[in-house]
Amino acid sequence: MAHDHDHHHDNELDPMAARVKALETILTQKGLIDPAAIDVIVDTYETKVGPRNGARVVAKAWSDPEFAGWLKRDATAAIASLGYTGRQGEHMQAVFNSDETHNLVVCTLCSCYPWSVLGLPPVWYKAPAYRSKAVIDPRGVLAEFGVTLASDKKIRVWDSTAELRYLVVPQRPEGTQGWGEVQLAELVTRDSMIGTGLAREAQ
Amino acid sequence: MSRHEARIPVGTGALDAPVFAEPWQAEAFAMVVALHERGVFSWGEWAERLSAEVKQHEAASDGSDYYERWLAALERLLAEKGLAGHDEVDAVTAAWERAAHATPHGKPILLENDPESARLSNIR
Repeated sequence: MAHDHDHHHDNELDPMAARVKALETILTQKGLIDPAAIDVIVDTYETKVGPRNGARVVAKAWSDPEFAGWLKRDATAAIASLGYTGRQGEHMQAVFNSDETHNLVVCTLCSCYPWSVLGLPPVWYKAPAYRSKAVIDPRGVLAEFGVTLASDKKIRVWDSTAELRYLVVPQRPEGTQGWGEVQLAELVTRDSMIGTGLAREAQ
Repeated sequence: MSRHEARIPVGTGALDAPVFAEPWQAEAFAMVVALHERGVFSWGEWAERLSAEVKQHEAASDGSDYYERWLAALERLLAEKGLAGHDEVDAVTAAWERAAHATPHGKPILLENDPESARLSNIR
């Protein structure tokens, strides 16, 4: 059996890339996946779904009380009305920040995340450090993100599952009366919809 | 509080941050979405399998090996379901690696470039 040579070849496949290619080859040959469909899924998640979707949901909730009420009662349907639906058949729940309560979302199990409105999770959301600390010490977690809340403000931590995922609706910033939805959406950050941040202040 | 406590790799929170560090991560991700949509496994089943992988004690505390865990979870699930055995994946991986070595720089890497593929298909 030939041993591996370490000298540089023209083309190298990273070991992980080679394994992924192997799986793609096997699954394509068995008719379980279609490489063209794989490309479409990648493109969708790289360019089409992302936190801008969620920002639009939040901005609409800020400016349309009827929509906000619907979002509170049935987030899955209210969000779907804007064209954002989950591919895993999961249910959505919107949790609203208030003067009394701040909401923080985590997935202690793995990395369940509301893809349809936030895209794919950032690295820190998947990190064991966040997943374990968010439940035990949410205030400490917020401090790491540079967020300090009033000491009498309650923090509620929501643990996502494969079936139920959460979207935080941050508090609408002061001084934004009369703003349109597009302008408001610019103030909504990804982190503010997970609860590790707040909406930007109005300039 | 321990000095060695893992820090959370806080990002920028930008709306347009890239979602995959490397193309293979995107492909591994998309395969799981596609297989689920085809009904090969339920999402709960997948989440359970992924959770088991990321819980292993040797998992990186900053989550940097997340897609490696993702791929390992996919391989285990496929092996359990008899859809792609470990040996089969190893053999095709080796073929892709040989094909890459045999492909001149600047040319697309194709599995047909594997110098041993002709021999293998003759055997079949």
